Amino acid sequence: MSDAHHDAQARLGVAKTYKFYVGGAFIRPESGRTYPVTSTIDSADAHHVNAPRASRKDLREAVRTAAGAWKGWAERTATNRGQIVYRIAEMLEARRGELHTQLVRAGATAADAEIEIDTSIDRCVYYAGFSDKFQALLSSSNPTGGPHFVFTVPESMGVVAVVAPEEAPLLGLLSMLLPALVSGNVVVAVTSECRPLPGLVLGEILATSDVPAGVVNIVSGVSAELAGELAKHREVAALHAASAEASVRAEVERLGAGSIKRVRTEGAAFAGELGSAGSQGLSHIERWLEPKTIWHPVAI
Amino acid sequence: MTEASKTTGSLFEFGSKWDYAPAPEARDWVKLQSRYELFIGGKFVAPHSGRYFQTVSPSTEEVLAEVAEADEADVDAAVAAAEEAQRAWVALRPSERAKYMFRLARAVQERSRELAILESLDGGKPIKESRDVDLPLVCAHLFYHAGWADKLDLAFQGRAWRPLGVAGQIIPWNFPLLMAAWKIAPALACGNAVVLKPAETTPLTALHLARICQEIELPPGLVNIVTGAGTTGAALASHARVKKVAFTGSTDVGRKIQSAIAGSGKKLTLELGGKAANVVFGDAALDQAVEGIIGGIFFNQGHVCCAGSRLLVEESVAEELIAKLKDRMRTLRVGDPLDKNTDVGAINSKAQLETIRGLVRSGEEEGAERWSAPCELPGKGFWFSPTIFTGVTNTHRIAREEIFGPVLSVLTFRTAEEAVEKANNTMYGLSAGVWTSKGSKSFWMAQRLRAGVVWANTFNKFDPTAPFGGIKESGFGREGGRHGLNAYVEIEG
Repeated sequence: MSDAHHDAQARLGVAKTYKFYVGGAFIRPESGRTYPVTSTIDSADAHHVNAPRASRKDLREAVRTAAGAWKGWAERTATNRGQIVYRIAEMLEARRGELHTQLVRAGATAADAEIEIDTSIDRCVYYAGFSDKFQALLSSSNPTGGPHFVFTVPESMGVVAVVAPEEAPLLGLLSMLLPALVSGNVVVAVTSECRPLPGLVLGEILATSDVPAGVVNIVSGVSAELAGELAKHREVAALHAASAEASVRAEVERLGAGSIKRVRTEGAAFAGELGSAGSQGLSHIERWLEPKTIWHPVAI
Repeated sequence: MTEASKTTGSLFEFGSKWDYAPAPEARDWVKLQSRYELFIGGKFVAPHSGRYFQTVSPSTEEVLAEVAEADEADVDAAVAAAEEAQRAWVALRPSERAKYMFRLARAVQERSRELAILESLDGGKPIKESRDVDLPLVCAHLFYHAGWADKLDLAFQGRAWRPLGVAGQIIPWNFPLLMAAWKIAPALACGNAVVLKPAETTPLTALHLARICQEIELPPGLVNIVTGAGTTGAALASHARVKKVAFTGSTDVGRKIQSAIAGSGKKLTLELGGKAANVVFGDAALDQAVEGIIGGIFFNQGHVCCAGSRLLVEESVAEELIAKLKDRMRTLRVGDPLDKNTDVGAINSKAQLETIRGLVRSGEEEGAERWSAPCELPGKGFWFSPTIFTGVTNTHRIAREEIFGPVLSVLTFRTAEEAVEKANNTMYGLSAGVWTSKGSKSFWMAQRLRAGVVWANTFNKFDPTAPFGGIKESGFGREGGRHGLNAYVEIEG
């Protein structure tokens, strides 16, 4: 028989239910809502996948979870954070087959999917090596005009929210998440809306990368809506949101003003430039740090 | 506390021996104009609207001068002048830019006393502070940033950078000239031009700075001063060709500015309000702490965004410390800002006096115990006695809202963890203080206090080399130091 579906000997694939990654666990949306992710490409498990759609309550829960994980993450040694980020690279490498399938299914050519995975893994390695170096580059000893010992050191901000671009669903998300993570922040991330699966699979990879529970939390849903909620949330210290729509970016920036939030938005060009030289670096880390200046008198 | 002081109520009962003869700073040699115009493109020009407003001395209510009110057309002209000047400024050799700035620093230094007198006249702060704190810091900021102008390639760890263009800068009335210097110096050093809007109650020193810019032949248009109130500031912040907005002032106005320029692509830095905790442990050197607490809250009448307005005292020493504080407060001399003996000057404006009175009333109504230093206040002008509230809890308005006046709220704690919890229980995060004789404890606290600046065994210290700025709703961005340069450049990678 030529039609595999009618072959009595053929094995039926086991399709996966995709879930959020919050607090180290894989959870369903509290509202029970999902949205269809369609693909033009046939794949082994299914043609049609339902992605979980986060509600405002799901976001609040993710933010609360992240906030609770901040102290422990920030207080880890810089070296340890670097090892954990390096572990993410190792796990990405091991799971590249699945990531490739997901990227192709999301519309990438096989060759582009390879490049996106390679760049993503290398980006993890790059930032892993930064964990115990940005402090030296971004600190200062300040020669004030008096008998004081004064220095400025970078500290993490707390919960940094990330809304990934629609394109480059793996590399885009990682490029936004890693610099915040490696410097001691905790992250609530929203995947690409129409290509959520690589981001949700990333959650599965993080779960086996020694990233402590709650340090990175990943949800999917209607990005513009979720970005707005994150912009308003007072426990979110900073927001990095990509959207091709100028009106969405302006609205997110406006809503962020309510709590004097550090908001950075990225436009349509962002995803296309993720392979460029400027797409990783010290500035990407510096954005999610607060310099703290500490004074002490010098006297006997 | 000695037995004697317990019975007399104060350590410092010396009868009339505290009286000081008046020691007024002569002001007759400082020439005020009756009217000040806008400073645009290197020239003083009449405002498009033809409107002027008065600036008064808050210590006497004397009208000092009338000052031009800039409208949208004036702001537009200033931005155009700045754009043109900026193109020429970046074309100059960096070392030449540095030399212009050094020259400006020197000229301001030469005119320091005159500017200090003007500052005290227009703003009400004691001459002791304008002369010994504000002006030296103004000069230091200009001098410090001048030196960066030809070393920027070293400032950003090898990353490529470029200037932003025209910076719109809006500054408050508490440190008028100092805030002008904090804004202008890094902007110029990084190759930008500025349009500065001083506060409407304290425009004079910025306008005299404009004259100095003219005298030293700073390229016209590089520094433009547009005076006016909130609408002038709004026109400046939202001007399409202003690429950078820098604001120092209240969190409410900061929020409005951030919201107004959303989606515009303008770079923004905000230095906003604060409600700093000043934490005193039982093992601190209490007499030093008292001096730090007094300076922390009564410096500049408490018109300081980083004022140590919430005193957190370890319960075991609270009674002793509060008694010492009251004793010290009795010795503060409140009065004529131009008297060299004055410790606490005039409240900057009638409106601010009303704000302070309102919050103090709320403190009394909410059940905190008020004590004000017994001092005679002048009949004219705007004044408020140094005041301390005890029995304050974190839910009181006087523990949560910025009073921006000489009013200290005292809370107590039992453990270091509780001190951290209480200190950080605020939407603000500009500054904090900690007093302890134990080195490791001071660093333990400094790491945990959520603030951009932490003073350990000191308070209210400023320096151009030391980055200053807040976290949370106290704003973002730093001023001073290498970090402060970030606010005025675009950095790649």
